[in-house]
Amino acid sequence: MTTSTAADTASMYELPPQTSGFRRFLRVFLARKIVVAGLGVLCLIVLMAIFAPLLAPHDPYAQNLSMSLKQPSSEYWLGTDMLGRDVLSRMIYGSRVSLIVGLVAVLIAGAIGMTIGLLSGFFGGWVDTVLMRVMDAMIAIPMIVLAMALGAILGGGIVNVIVALGIAIVPAYARLMRGQVLSVKQSDYVMAGVVTGVSHLRNMLVHVLPNCLSPLIVLLTMNLGMAILAEAGLSFLGLGIAPPGASWGSMVNDGYRYLLSNPVLSLAPGVAILIVVLAFNVVGDALRDALDPRLRGME
Amino acid sequence: MLTFIVRRLIMTIAILFIVSLIVFTIMHLLPGDPVAIMLGDQASVEEIERLRTELGLDKPLPVQYANWLLDVLHGDLGRSISYNEDVGQLVRDRLPITFHIGLSAFLLAIVIGIPAGIIAAVKRGGWLDSLITVTANLGMAVPVFWLGILGVYLFSLKLGWLPVQGYTSPFEDLRQSLRQTVMPVVLLSLGSLATLARQTRSSMLEVIRQDYIRTARAKGVKENRVIMRHALRNALIPIITILGMGLASLVGGSVFIEQVFNIPGMGRLMVQSIFGKDYVVVQSVVLIVASVVALGNLAVDVAYGLIDPRIRLGK
Repeated sequence: MTTSTAADTASMYELPPQTSGFRRFLRVFLARKIVVAGLGVLCLIVLMAIFAPLLAPHDPYAQNLSMSLKQPSSEYWLGTDMLGRDVLSRMIYGSRVSLIVGLVAVLIAGAIGMTIGLLSGFFGGWVDTVLMRVMDAMIAIPMIVLAMALGAILGGGIVNVIVALGIAIVPAYARLMRGQVLSVKQSDYVMAGVVTGVSHLRNMLVHVLPNCLSPLIVLLTMNLGMAILAEAGLSFLGLGIAPPGASWGSMVNDGYRYLLSNPVLSLAPGVAILIVVLAFNVVGDALRDALDPRLRGME
Repeated sequence: MLTFIVRRLIMTIAILFIVSLIVFTIMHLLPGDPVAIMLGDQASVEEIERLRTELGLDKPLPVQYANWLLDVLHGDLGRSISYNEDVGQLVRDRLPITFHIGLSAFLLAIVIGIPAGIIAAVKRGGWLDSLITVTANLGMAVPVFWLGILGVYLFSLKLGWLPVQGYTSPFEDLRQSLRQTVMPVVLLSLGSLATLARQTRSSMLEVIRQDYIRTARAKGVKENRVIMRHALRNALIPIITILGMGLASLVGGSVFIEQVFNIPGMGRLMVQSIFGKDYVVVQSVVLIVASVVALGNLAVDVAYGLIDPRIRLGK
């Protein structure tokens, strides 16, 4: 009798089977179908960028004025632009520009911003005051305006666009990192490091940094879409990727003049930007929910 | 409250000082010689040197910065090379136009975005919530310049309802002004509206779960009152943060909208000055835009203090 009661009690309070952290992460991350769709879209875009030479039906840079402004047909699925270049091939190659600029600009911004935030939060005092006031001042300059001003001096081209955007996004990472460091710095294991005489550098890199990373990874993903949008914007204004380079933003601008006769020239690259940015935003949101529920709802 | 405002004001002045340093640094320290760029490849060394002396660029950098800052503080932003006009006058002509479009878009974003977020939160899981959430996600991902082109194609070229481009002051011809600005304003507001709706939704959902909301409902307080009085007031802080950030993104977005709709505002002035290699104008536009955003953020900070006593009494 006693035994059976004990067994009943044990089964009553039986804990659910333990799941690993990674499985839990995957369950939350992939909970919504739209996230799976977003991931699918991103995989397709990445593959398209990698295999652009194999996928593009025509040379994206080959001009043929006798074929200019052709309507979509079986040979030119999305028609041709004013220089007779195949729009579909240019869009396929344009995915390379978008992904490279977005990814590298965000990584540069992440690296610089994390370093500034780490130093600011860890040392505090005048280091914190100076660095954070500079970040506050940078935030006062709208990102695209700052990138335009930097681009104006540095000039166009993919490297300069990456540098300009990378610098313009830095403050977001610096502020987030600083907040994280301030919170992690109070932890017992960091205090223990200080008390046992661990060097500042080791304490920062080994104890503080790894524990601040997850919200930064979320921000990196969420900013990818924003950086792609900004690159497209700069190229639309003529301040980004120089001709004859294929950028979705500059393609939208090139097609604007032929909007009435050939709307697909402007509309198709715009749809591509929308889809990629939307996919990054959806995946970024899901990553935020899965990695750091505390950040839920923050923009 | 006054102490709080004065403290924030001092902070804003400090930030503006650093903004001026950043702008000056971008224009003077980065690789590339603005004078050589301004005059083009054909310019001789003498011409370059003459313009350098004229602009005071031959002096040591700290002296150049001090001179420029003193001039700016006296309202002298320099002279535009491409427009052959005082930069101050150029700005005075264009800033009200950007304000008109930007503030209208800002108000529209607030008037639609916050109620949309509240509705989505209250009707969580329903079709209205899904509609608002999906629209907000699209609004955040869509390139504003492309949307502008889409709008021109649909409402101007195909349907013929609205003019393709241009700007008329509302004081000159209100009807024409409304016809010309309705599309730029609506499109410019979309990004901020979407962000605001999302933030309001998540902020409201957070607050609606709190005990005091349950208590208010248990006491029989009407649902409208619970939402507007008890929930919204407490959900406002993150919403106001987004408003402050939205100001900067609106200014950024106006660059594209002014370009697509040929509106002679600050954004268009900046783009044209970059192409005209008129760095005196670029420098001034960046400084003024940043000052407007910083002052907007000051207003947001003051609003924080008014809404939440903990902030004005805190450190």
